[in-house]
Amino acid sequence: MRVVILGCGRVGSTLAAMLTRAGHHVCIIDRDQSSFDKAIQRLGSDFTSETVLGIGIDEDTLRQAGIEEADAFIGVTSGDNTNIVAAQIARHRFHVPKVLARVYDPIRAEAYRETGIDTVCTTVITTGIFQDLLLDRPLRDCQAYMTALREGSEGFGRAT
Amino acid sequence: MYVIVVGAGKVGYHLAKQLMAEGHEVTLIERDAAHAARLKAEFGEAIVVGDGCEARVMQDVGMGRADCVVAVTGHDEDNLVVCQIAKRHFLVPRQVARVNNPKNESVFHLLGIAETVSGTSIIYSLIDQEVETGEALFLGAIKGGDIVIVAAELTAESPAAGQAVKNVHLPGECVLAAIIREDHIVLPSGTTTLHAGDTVIGVATPQDQAALRTALLGPVHSPARGGRGSASVKRQA
Repeated sequence: MRVVILGCGRVGSTLAAMLTRAGHHVCIIDRDQSSFDKAIQRLGSDFTSETVLGIGIDEDTLRQAGIEEADAFIGVTSGDNTNIVAAQIARHRFHVPKVLARVYDPIRAEAYRETGIDTVCTTVITTGIFQDLLLDRPLRDCQAYMTALREGSEGFGRAT
Repeated sequence: MYVIVVGAGKVGYHLAKQLMAEGHEVTLIERDAAHAARLKAEFGEAIVVGDGCEARVMQDVGMGRADCVVAVTGHDEDNLVVCQIAKRHFLVPRQVARVNNPKNESVFHLLGIAETVSGTSIIYSLIDQEVETGEALFLGAIKGGDIVIVAAELTAESPAAGQAVKNVHLPGECVLAAIIREDHIVLPSGTTTLHAGDTVIGVATPQDQAALRTALLGPVHSPARGGRGSASVKRQA
């Protein structure tokens, strides 16, 4: 599988290393060269991904990273809106079959999930796990944490 | 009209002030609390500290009843997300976004935000158009650049000078909106005669802009302007 990852932080670089080890072709984009340097320091020879220095919502950068042939795109920068916009470009401009984005804001994560971008809200997953551990409850699966939030939230709605 | 402006930088600040001066209800949202505090004296209740992409902030400022949202932060992805959420989830009828990097303009259009303003593109087209059309001055573009507004100053040599408007061979997608004659604005009708010295304001599609120019001012004379020659060479290259 060809995967383009946007954001070479801990999640992006670790994911890239894991996928590369599993035999997939990964290209990782970051706007900051030091992110790549840090990834190499952390992961050593495990981090062998192809890298592209550039802005993730720039179509030329995405092309350079091979988005046109990609089977999947994953947006994991620290900026929710960068991940959301880049994911939409991957989906609507380049028709990438599988498009994933991390979105910290639970409401925005839900709002864009409705539009067909697979968003992962690590805020609700992490807080859910902490809550269960704290209260000595068995851990649930990720989907359950996201669903629990959906039921308790009003999300975006037109004010009446 | 109720307008929500996201981002209190130079553009947001002046836009909000102007809208308020014209009697519109305005809320200006600014993420930086210190910057917002400096504007508090001037804007009072109209300035709100917060992230314009957050549901709570949007709800608190009454996004659901806004007639228009204008996103003018320095970050294109933020402007796009503000407009998308305002459109999809709050059903705000009009969304206008500032595009900082002109390369992103097509992304906004692709992702459903039709009304974009790019300072760079406007200045670029101003320079480009002025070079290309000689005496026809590019005044502005609307509808994402699909419609342009130009001004042409007629001279005694202009083919349109001395002609009634109905006899000027205007291209299909074009109207003459106004004639500036000395200090007066004249509304053109078919029988209005154009004079040398008139400035004619025309609205056209970009495709018909050159034909409009030719109809009013005549064909562009070859190397009269050094700038034009070099621009043509550049375009062919």
